[in-house]
Amino acid sequence: MSSLLRGEEMCLAQLFLQSGSAYDCISELGELGLVEFRDLNPSVTAFQRKHVNEIKKCEEMERILVFMYCIITSLAHSLSLSLCLQEQLQRLEVELGEVTRNKEKLQRNLLELTEYTHMLRITRKFVQRTAEVSYEEFPFLEKETMMDYSSMQRLGAKLGFISGLIQRVKIEAFERMLWRVCKGYTILSYAEVEEYLENPDTGEPTKCVVFLISYWGDQIGQKVKKICDCYHCHVYPYPSSNEERNDVVEGLRTRIQDLHTVLNRTEDYLRQVLIKASESVYTWVIQVKKMKAIYYILNLCSFDVTNKCLIAEVWCPVNDIPTLRRALEEGSRKSGATVPSFVNRIPTSDTPPTLIKTNKFTSGFQNIVDAYGVGSYREVNPAPFTIITFPFLFAVMFGDLGHGVIMAVFAAWMVLCENNRKLKNTRNEIWNTFFEGRYIILMMGLFSIYTGLIYNDCFSKSLNIFGSGWSVKAMGWTKEQWENNRFLTLDPNVTGVFKGPYPLGIDPIWNLASNRLTFLNSYKMKMSVILGIIHMSFGVILSTYNYLHFRKKYNLYLVFLPELLFLLCLFGYLVFMILYKWLAFSAKDSRHAPSILIHFINMFLMQGDGLQPLYPGQTGLQIFLVVIAVLSVPVLLLGKPVYLYWLHNGSHRLGLYRVSGYERVRRNSEEELYLMRAHDMEEGSSHRGEDGKTSGSFDFADELLHQAIHTIEYCLGCVSNTASYLRLWALSLAHAQLSEVLWAMVMRVGLRMDSTLGVLFLVPVFGLFAVLTVSILLVMEGLSAFLHALRLHWVEFQNKFYGGTGVKFCPFAFSLLPSSFEHDGLL
Amino acid sequence: MPSLLFCGPKMAACGIVISIWGVIMLAMLGIFFSAKSAVLIEDVPFTEEDIRGDQNPPGNIYGLYNQVGINCFIAAGIYVAVGAVSLCQVRLNKRQEYMVT
Repeated sequence: MSSLLRGEEMCLAQLFLQSGSAYDCISELGELGLVEFRDLNPSVTAFQRKHVNEIKKCEEMERILVFMYCIITSLAHSLSLSLCLQEQLQRLEVELGEVTRNKEKLQRNLLELTEYTHMLRITRKFVQRTAEVSYEEFPFLEKETMMDYSSMQRLGAKLGFISGLIQRVKIEAFERMLWRVCKGYTILSYAEVEEYLENPDTGEPTKCVVFLISYWGDQIGQKVKKICDCYHCHVYPYPSSNEERNDVVEGLRTRIQDLHTVLNRTEDYLRQVLIKASESVYTWVIQVKKMKAIYYILNLCSFDVTNKCLIAEVWCPVNDIPTLRRALEEGSRKSGATVPSFVNRIPTSDTPPTLIKTNKFTSGFQNIVDAYGVGSYREVNPAPFTIITFPFLFAVMFGDLGHGVIMAVFAAWMVLCENNRKLKNTRNEIWNTFFEGRYIILMMGLFSIYTGLIYNDCFSKSLNIFGSGWSVKAMGWTKEQWENNRFLTLDPNVTGVFKGPYPLGIDPIWNLASNRLTFLNSYKMKMSVILGIIHMSFGVILSTYNYLHFRKKYNLYLVFLPELLFLLCLFGYLVFMILYKWLAFSAKDSRHAPSILIHFINMFLMQGDGLQPLYPGQTGLQIFLVVIAVLSVPVLLLGKPVYLYWLHNGSHRLGLYRVSGYERVRRNSEEELYLMRAHDMEEGSSHRGEDGKTSGSFDFADELLHQAIHTIEYCLGCVSNTASYLRLWALSLAHAQLSEVLWAMVMRVGLRMDSTLGVLFLVPVFGLFAVLTVSILLVMEGLSAFLHALRLHWVEFQNKFYGGTGVKFCPFAFSLLPSSFEHDGLL
Repeated sequence: MPSLLFCGPKMAACGIVISIWGVIMLAMLGIFFSAKSAVLIEDVPFTEEDIRGDQNPPGNIYGLYNQVGINCFIAAGIYVAVGAVSLCQVRLNKRQEYMVT
């Protein structure tokens, strides 16, 4: 599967499409998602393109569909048929618009009539309440209808009434305003309406209050009317007598009934119209989306000289050209064209985009590599190696058996339910991120189980599976020693105490030891350095693949070899010293065991005769290694620029450009020229120091500068990156300590309860322990370890060989298109 | 009969997960305490008196180990009950999803 290691081989192809069958051919290509179209009209703005009108129509249709969808979702619907598209949609929109407007008007009418009814009902109560009391000067109208005019004229004033409804929140302010303005010449009585009435502007139910203002005097009347306007009261005419009131109430009742009937009919009609359209909405949406995409692509094409045929330029994987041909034939057949459309491969010197085919397992790892930078065309892809090294480095930092089990179970659940549509299509961004990376999390969990077994750490407790290799009884301590000493030391030099190393991992007795961290720190630091150097050496070795593929063999000797020698002579030797000390020195000579760090420093300073050597011949070997490492630096710095200078200026016959020119003159067929150019293209596209092929000149200063920067970066980077790998130790220490603290502060409290109530206390304590474990140790520490493992890959591993300056291949496929519907959260 | 549903679907799912984890982990802890594992010595509520004044060492400590072990088993049993309640809640929630109001 060379595709995952290196990426597909791509070519530039020209499609010749007949005007009649262009639409169908592009539709076929969109279904397949094979090719990426290039823009052949880059200088044309969006509004000057050929198919801009069709795109406008598509957007209009999309707008109508959104509007319709909103109305449909507010009613329940069932199934029906569908018809042809654009006129249907426009007609529907006009109808729906009218119907909804009418409905709103009717509802407003209904509201007014209801309010009027309430008002009449409640003011009748006012009147009835005060019926017993009769005023001398202001007799009520219905009592003595003959008297009223004369009595009012006697006063020289007319008694008037204004009645209506006002919102409850405004009634107090209203009353106060009336009092202040009219200075007591008005009487206001009000009562609340029991039921909630719908506010016509906001549509939510509000409480209203019916009021009755009695005033006398014309001017007061004007003022009162103005105040009523100001407070947005709904004023209704107050009936002057009981008979009139009854008549109005009857009339209102019939009108309200009529309105209810009309509204019900309107609702039914609306429902019918929407039911017809509802089934087809989703199909229409997809059709419109596809149509718009096809017109965009058609805009990217150009006409040929005869103006009969569309030309499109596409990037296509070489292996897929037969499929492309078949798709074009299918499109031509569907549109019934007589002349078929065809594809023609053309040579190019542009760098193609990078396509790496992945499946659901590898796509997660490829994504995290691409997040740093998409690989240059046909360079080595770190993703297949990342599948193993990334979870491994994560697990080294996470290393807990219990947490690994929980993480693996969670990931396994996501993997088993990956076909459940509800999980796949949620809107939640964070959940989607976790779901996309479910295979990564599964691998991380499984590797963490392994490293948890090695570190012998399960929720901060060690498991004693094989029986500890240390025996306390063999130390032979007396009772006084037991009672009088706080700490006792197990000495492995005493016979019988240390029976041999634990078969797998760290001995469980270390969990009870007070010098546990001293032991583990030394072990984890050395392990981190060893893993780091192995990882970096692997990165340097991977660069040979690139040099060999792009046929720059000189890089092997002038770049790769000095780099590898520098790294291994210095840091490889450090790894050797660590391993040697682990193997050669045992508990017997632990007092005299030399410090590796001091020996390493002395190696550079060329000192240290007073120290006891690790092994015979150490000084000689160290001097030799230092000399080699120091010599490899100038080779790395000057080797490649000097060689390339000699190539271009020293021998005229051997320049690559000249060779290809000579051969171009010799060969006539375009096919062979194309193959020659493709060969050159692959050779020429490396990420470092490309000599100017097209111009034929070679810039020595430029090349030297590049190489100098690379040398400094590499040499200093070796030191700093090696130290950077110590984060493997740091994070695993942090995780272990957090885990221990959580157990000691939470779980131990529950377990140490020895009263009978203690058992009930243990239940919530465990719940708290579980929640804190998941949130702190799994989520927080997990994300932290993920991030640091990612950084180790992106920086320390990939800068040894990866260019990452490519462009990702984005094929034209209907499944990858967004549309306005998704932005509105409808699809 | 009033609805027995008192928590939403997510809370019920959390309840089930914690219950399963609790049953497994507390049962294993109970087993390890009964097996008198030395690693768990700090979690056993012993005092100086238990060590020094012991007639029959290490009988007292063993007794305490057994006690804590039994506590763990009882807690595991309670978590079985909690898990059953959560399972009922999950079923009721699913049934309510399908009901047409």
